[in-house]
Amino acid sequence: MKRTLATLCLLFGAVGAWGAEGTIPLEKAHSSIDDPASLQRGARIFVNYCLSCHAASYMRYNRMAKDLHLTEEMVQDNLMFTTDKIVDTMQVAMRSTDALKWFGVAPPDLSVIARARGTDWLYSFLLGFYADPARPNGVNNLVFKDTAMPHVLVGLQGIQQPVYRTEQDQFGEQKKVIERLELMSSGQLTEADYRRTVRDLVNFLHYVGEPAKLQRLALGKWVLLYLFVLLLVAYRLKAEYWKDVH
Amino acid sequence: MNAVVKGLTGLRDWIDQRFPLTEFWESQLTGYYAPKNFNFWYFFGVLSLLVFVIQIVSGIWLVMSYKPDAERAFASVEYIMRDVEWGWLLRYLHSTGASAFFIVIYLHMFRALMYGSYKKPRELLWIFGMFVYLALMAEAFFGYLLPWGQMSYWGAQVIISLFGAVPFVGEQLAEWIRGDYVVSDVTLNRFFAFHVIALPLVLCGLVVLHLVALRQTGSNNPEGIEIKASKGPDGKPLDGIPFHPYYTVKDLVGVILFLMAFSAVVFYAPELGGRFLEYNNFVPANPMVTPAHIEPVWYFTPFYAILRAVPNKLFGVILMGAAVVLFFFLPWLDRSKVKSIRYRGVRYRFALTVFVISFLVLGFLGMQPVTTVYTWMARVFSVIYFAFFLLMPLYTSNDNDRPVPARIGTR
Amino acid sequence: MSEQDVEKSRRRFLLGSVAVLGGVGAGFAAIPFVSSFQPSARARAVGAPVEIDISKLEPGQRVIHQWRGQPVWVVRRTTTMMEALERTDALADPESQQVDQQPTYAVNASRSIKPEILVMIGLCTHLGCSPTFVPAESGAEFQLGSDWAGGFFCPCHGSRFDLAGRVFAGYPAPSNMRVPPHRYLSETRILIGEDQRSDA
Repeated sequence: MKRTLATLCLLFGAVGAWGAEGTIPLEKAHSSIDDPASLQRGARIFVNYCLSCHAASYMRYNRMAKDLHLTEEMVQDNLMFTTDKIVDTMQVAMRSTDALKWFGVAPPDLSVIARARGTDWLYSFLLGFYADPARPNGVNNLVFKDTAMPHVLVGLQGIQQPVYRTEQDQFGEQKKVIERLELMSSGQLTEADYRRTVRDLVNFLHYVGEPAKLQRLALGKWVLLYLFVLLLVAYRLKAEYWKDVH
Repeated sequence: MNAVVKGLTGLRDWIDQRFPLTEFWESQLTGYYAPKNFNFWYFFGVLSLLVFVIQIVSGIWLVMSYKPDAERAFASVEYIMRDVEWGWLLRYLHSTGASAFFIVIYLHMFRALMYGSYKKPRELLWIFGMFVYLALMAEAFFGYLLPWGQMSYWGAQVIISLFGAVPFVGEQLAEWIRGDYVVSDVTLNRFFAFHVIALPLVLCGLVVLHLVALRQTGSNNPEGIEIKASKGPDGKPLDGIPFHPYYTVKDLVGVILFLMAFSAVVFYAPELGGRFLEYNNFVPANPMVTPAHIEPVWYFTPFYAILRAVPNKLFGVILMGAAVVLFFFLPWLDRSKVKSIRYRGVRYRFALTVFVISFLVLGFLGMQPVTTVYTWMARVFSVIYFAFFLLMPLYTSNDNDRPVPARIGTR
Repeated sequence: MSEQDVEKSRRRFLLGSVAVLGGVGAGFAAIPFVSSFQPSARARAVGAPVEIDISKLEPGQRVIHQWRGQPVWVVRRTTTMMEALERTDALADPESQQVDQQPTYAVNASRSIKPEILVMIGLCTHLGCSPTFVPAESGAEFQLGSDWAGGFFCPCHGSRFDLAGRVFAGYPAPSNMRVPPHRYLSETRILIGEDQRSDA
């Protein structure tokens, strides 16, 4: 039995490795929604850099104020540019027809983007822009090839360029692949600060993807604790009655 | 105190003269004798019933805020998740419940395979159960379209297109099911009607039939010994105990254990790594773009793997259907005189083990992208899957089964 | 006590504990289902306070605004109309004693912050129909008697209210019409749905 299991594991291990070929490993964001300060910084970046093109049309400002430990006045004064009603959702300033004209695609709504793409993908995406003169807006992306999105955080990060290495593909042909990206000209932030900033933004998008996550994590332990207590008593009851049978 | 008791007794008598309440209670619970040796595998029947109730109740509440409209369905799900008070919990109860339903049903079915619960005299009980399983698959399929995400949309598109394999009328049939040239608002509306009204009604009826048949034959047990064969002078089975209180208090423990696992998922991992809620379903349905990798939800993947393993569309659909339908014939494919695996010979034990492995591997393969290696693996395991059923008359008729004792606990 | 009695009482105790604990759990489990019936965040957003402009409202005129899906009437009363409010003999609650029907700052003769401006929810307190605005001169048309000094007449069951929404005694409506929370943002702008600040 053990040997069969080991063989099976080996088999799947090998198959899994083949399956993974050709995908760029994502950088780990280690995203979390437990740090309100990070979420607040992320919110600021989001409204300043993202919200001009991307809506988060299921996210209400007043919900955000409550969950991020901000007063409604603070949100109204610092984070609301497209509406003046705190109960509104995060709508975009730009018209979608304009967007279609400028980018060729309508920028997607970001309400649940973190749930669709995953936080590691978002993190890697925002770190993965590099200069590519062949593209209309001068940049390409490591994890989202030929994205229509310009590098809006370029002022913070600076411009990266790819470092290539040659590799043999499965048919024995020489191929240039990107090994890593390096900074060509720096932006306002150091690399570490930029990563932290991107992580704040990813954390915020993580929160926006599921605001109720804060509630469900907080509630979960009480539900489990209650069920555990109930289990103890119910088990005693069962044992008591089953004395008759054994 | 005495007055209260007297009042209640009076009320009970009043009802009993008009409705067989006490009689029902006695016949179904205190007077219903179940084998005394149920192990934890016997929790999954009552757990299926529990999940059914969870689904019905959470479903009713979801319908209160959901909009079956292609323009608004996706948004209405997010509305439930964010704007409706506690809506997120209602939705996670329902989405986790869907997967939990299949988990408990599969374990319930595996129990039947292990202990021969489908064998005479429980053939109809088994067949009703299989119909429950079929109805549940349909219910899950219709329900999965409702969130109107990319997986909902393309999953439905693919499954409906399977009907296109039917000779001559296939395309018209698929169009008739969709009510449109592609999956659209019309499809969503009829699926909604099936999901919230038609199939729940069918399921209710089938569950009642299943339970009535169970009450007629009595439960099987891990020993596969008929307790009705050995009755005491009072006419009660010697190896039986009243369902109530013994199994009610025991099932309660099982129910709580299940609820702990269920809550752990609901509160800590409702997506369960993309298995219970698929990541691509957080992208609104787009009829113009198919996601790079589409796969059914995990409970359909063994059958999906069989479908993909066959290089011919019609034949693939037929085999996929056969993979489900063959279960119906188990009572007659199995020629062994012995029910429980405890007394069965090595051949059935081996066959069942290999079958379970092939079911799991096919389930895994159905989630993976198509590669040459995977396709060949799927073919090999599909053959094993079908061999379990088709060769059963052979390997069960001359298995080295051991003699079964007449009473429980005398082994 | 015999051993059997001990066992019986232990079983009863455990059974009771499970029942009580289970009952408490069921109670908590019911909370999400009950609370989900409350107005959702969207409903509350739609029902958020609304700002209205009364600069174009002529004396004697009524305009209808919407707040939380209900009609909110704003009437600029003329001097004659205000004088008519002094006639209180036939009213059921002339002093606005029923607390729920208006905020404290509207417990006065005109049931309003400014005597000439009436802000009121336009729904009859009987069964929720919206009464018709009947000025004094149209009273005959509705057969409201020759001494009709202007007010509101409910077409459903005939309840009558004066120009401050006070109900006339002897008609089915049990109380005066409701004055919503509101406050003045400026001379001509009113915010419906938010109370006057206590310091104002």
